[in-house]
Amino acid sequence: MQDFEKLGVKVAAISVDSPSESQDLCRKAGYTYTFLSDPDAEAIRRYDLLHRGAGVKGHDIARPAEFLVDSSGTIRWINLTDDLRVRARPDQMLQAASALASE
Amino acid sequence: MVAFAVVQWSAFVTAPLKRRAQAKNMPETLPENTNAPDPAGPQSGTKRHPNAPLWIGFLVSVFAFLSYIPIFVKYPVTRDMPWASFLIFAIGLLFLFLGLRRAFRQPTVYRGKVAGPILTTLSVAALVFFCFTIFSLGKHLPASTQAPRVGQKAPDFALADTNGRTVSLATLLSAPAASHPTKGVLLIFYRGYW
Repeated sequence: MQDFEKLGVKVAAISVDSPSESQDLCRKAGYTYTFLSDPDAEAIRRYDLLHRGAGVKGHDIARPAEFLVDSSGTIRWINLTDDLRVRARPDQMLQAASALASE
Repeated sequence: MVAFAVVQWSAFVTAPLKRRAQAKNMPETLPENTNAPDPAGPQSGTKRHPNAPLWIGFLVSVFAFLSYIPIFVKYPVTRDMPWASFLIFAIGLLFLFLGLRRAFRQPTVYRGKVAGPILTTLSVAALVFFCFTIFSLGKHLPASTQAPRVGQKAPDFALADTNGRTVSLATLLSAPAASHPTKGVLLIFYRGYW
C-alpha cells in the first residue's frame, strides 16, 4: 500500500460493511488505507456494481471491481472480473497506478 | 490396533496353509485361531478382512473436496481449472472401485458390501457438489453494463469512513496522499462480510 502512496495514488476500499466492521477488518489485517461504508449500496449502485442477494442472508452487496480515478475525476482504469475467484493482482493495480502517476 | 492387524494377518497367512493340510488329509500342524477375539463383533461369524481400499478411497475423496480452498485456490494454475483436485478425486474413486470389486467378488474374504456403496455415493456426491460450486457459482456475477467506462467521470459519493467522517470522491482527490499531491485514487469495491 505504501507503493501506491509513493505514487501519489490514494486507495479507498468500499463495501456494504459498516464502519465498525471495516474497522475490525482494518485492525486485524493491518490495512492502512481508507475504508468507506456503503450500507445502502448507493455508491455501489452508481457504479452499477450491485450484486443482488449475493451476501450472507441474501443481502445486496457489491461485485468486486477496481476503478482508478485521476485527479480530475476521470476514470482511467477499470478491472471488472467475470469470475469471483479471479481478482486483480496487486501488480496489475500498481502498474495502472504507475502509468497514471507518470503523466 | 496392532493386535487387530496381527490377528488379521495371521488368519490370512494360515488360511491357505490350513486348506492345503486338509486337502492332503494331514493333521493340522498350525494352531487354530479360534481363541483370538473377533474384533468385528459377534455378528460376523467369518473373519473377513476390513476393506482398506474403500476407506482410503473415501478419505482421499474427502481430502480432494476439502483441500481446494486451503491449498489450491492460492495458485491460479490449480484454481481456475482445478485439475489437481480432479486428479485427487480420480485416485479416490479408483480406490473405491477396487474396494467395491473386492467386496462383491469375494464377499467371504472382504467386508464392505454395505459400507462400500455408501462411501462411494458420498464420494461421488462430493465430486458433483465440487464441480457445481466451482463452475456455476463462480460465474454468477451481474453484468454491470451500466458501470462507468474509462474516460468517463467517476460518479461521486459521500460515504462514512471508519472514523465516522463523511468522505466524498472530491475529498479523496484533493487531500494529499502521504507527502505527495494526489495523482488519483484507486477505488476497490469488495463484497464485504469478510
